[in-house]
Amino acid sequence: MMDLTRPSFVAGLLALAALALAPVAAPAQSGPLRIEVTEGVIAPVPYAIPDFVPENAAAAQYAGAIARVVANNLTGTGLLREIPRDAHVGRITSFDSPVQFSDWRAINAQALITGAARLDGQQLRVKFRLFDVVSGQQMGDGLQFDGTATNWRRMAHRVSDAIYTRLTGEGGYFDSRVVFVAESGPRENRRKQLAIMDQDGENVQYLTDGGTLVLAPRFSPRGERVLYTSYEGGTPRVVLMDLASRSRQLLADQPGTMTFAPRFAPNGQSVIFSLSVGGTTNLYALDLGSGQRVQLTNTAAIDTAPSFSPDGGRIVFESDRSGTSQLYVMPASGGQAQRISSGEGRYSTPVWSPRGDLIAFTKSQGGRFHIGVMRTDGSNERLLTSSFLDEGPTWAPNGRVIMFTREAAGGDPQIFSVDISGRNLRRVPSPGPASDPAWSPLLP
Amino acid sequence: MNLTTKALIVTAALALAACQNPRGGMDAGFGAGAGGVGGPGGIGMTELGDPNDPGSIAHFNERVGDRVFFETDQSSLTQLAQDTLRRQAVWLTQNPQYQILIEGHADERGTREYNVALGARRANAVESFLIQQGVTASRLRTTSYGKERPVEACPEARCWNQNRRAVTVVQ
Repeated sequence: MMDLTRPSFVAGLLALAALALAPVAAPAQSGPLRIEVTEGVIAPVPYAIPDFVPENAAAAQYAGAIARVVANNLTGTGLLREIPRDAHVGRITSFDSPVQFSDWRAINAQALITGAARLDGQQLRVKFRLFDVVSGQQMGDGLQFDGTATNWRRMAHRVSDAIYTRLTGEGGYFDSRVVFVAESGPRENRRKQLAIMDQDGENVQYLTDGGTLVLAPRFSPRGERVLYTSYEGGTPRVVLMDLASRSRQLLADQPGTMTFAPRFAPNGQSVIFSLSVGGTTNLYALDLGSGQRVQLTNTAAIDTAPSFSPDGGRIVFESDRSGTSQLYVMPASGGQAQRISSGEGRYSTPVWSPRGDLIAFTKSQGGRFHIGVMRTDGSNERLLTSSFLDEGPTWAPNGRVIMFTREAAGGDPQIFSVDISGRNLRRVPSPGPASDPAWSPLLP
Repeated sequence: MNLTTKALIVTAALALAACQNPRGGMDAGFGAGAGGVGGPGGIGMTELGDPNDPGSIAHFNERVGDRVFFETDQSSLTQLAQDTLRRQAVWLTQNPQYQILIEGHADERGTREYNVALGARRANAVESFLIQQGVTASRLRTTSYGKERPVEACPEARCWNQNRRAVTVVQ
């Protein structure tokens, strides 16, 4: 699909070293266009994305809309800044005509995205090309996506992911979904429904009816199931839901106990969770195939919020065994736990990055709550946010963006996202008050 | 603390209980699920009776006192809480026809999962104390709502103080 011999694309795949070695290609930009995600950007890269070209009349309703979804995704990263369409000098009227780079240099665009759409019956075909305007070269070959018209937003997300990857060298995250808790009603008797939406807040669907209190959903590794905590029956219990059929199954149902804080193992075969009995809360693993349950921790403390390393070998969790909530890492089979958090304050809800390099967490200190990241040994702690209440981080599939719940003092909770650089803090659209986001893997 | 002060605090706590627990707990219809009002699970109904009738649930909620309060992140029972629970134990022993659900709650200044565990710890502290005081263990069940069901929703310490509680729900 991609021509790896093209100099601009090869260069695009190389890391910073390439930037340093590359000759100055044009004013205002040295070397090929390349955006470093980890550093964040202070000045977003200006780009242009004209409406995609409708290749037949039936595609007209999609051509412009797809370009808008792509623009919303890319601009939303904070890494890029769209040049308004009314400032464009050039016009793209044919997907295959040569690009007049001078038209796009004239408005200071550094990147240009062109595309086309064609609708035959219910079959939609979407194509795009990405250009480095300054060097006047295409970045990678054109790509084409085919699907049913009802999936037009997903196709736009796939286009966005491909462009993001070419510009940054990182995996994408736009073709993904978020399961969360939609909230309504008075705070004293809040109605909470499980809901799912695209990562950009579109296509909201409700998974439960709000008749039962639900908390903290989590995706399975392939995104086809969710775990959550439900109060059907009056006590918190872990439930497994199949998203396609909406069928539900109570896990680890044992009278006299409460279970919560579930999370899948990376292989999807087992689930770890907290079980409270007799005032103590310990961690357990449940094999979904055999139903066999294994106790992983055994203390009089609160051990909760477990999360696997991506290789499945270790578990990070929070425990107040030292007197205050701190973060610990132990082997996936249990055993000796090493404390990794060492700063002031209380640490909660650790989540291992899908890349394996970082652990995101909630920290409360001095009456403020923060989302932070640290290395898996606890070093290099960085706080990314600060507010009255920030909690419950969840990683984008590429490990570069984090969503979490933010609640202003006396206000309603909302879902926010932030880069691991601490930049680009944004509210994620939701139909109303929303909490407990969990980000899916990239859709298959 | 002298006796007059203590009496005043007890009175204040009782007055609070009286105005805060019209439904006999978070979920008088336990089987319907929390927040089940209007939901498909149906609506539970419990006769509260006349608070002047010493055997009524209303009397327990309003005169005996159905709840105790905790310090931040703590589940230990204050002297005031122990006094309330001793009265509860006497009443519960005298009225053996009722089942008892103890709900543990937390304030909003912690994460969701930790607060569920903290509420469980608080409910367990109350359950253990009531058993010590002679209440039959088989009548007691516990649950935890974490920070999900505040009685006071203001973002201030005076409200958080009211939300860090365990409520004894008589059914």
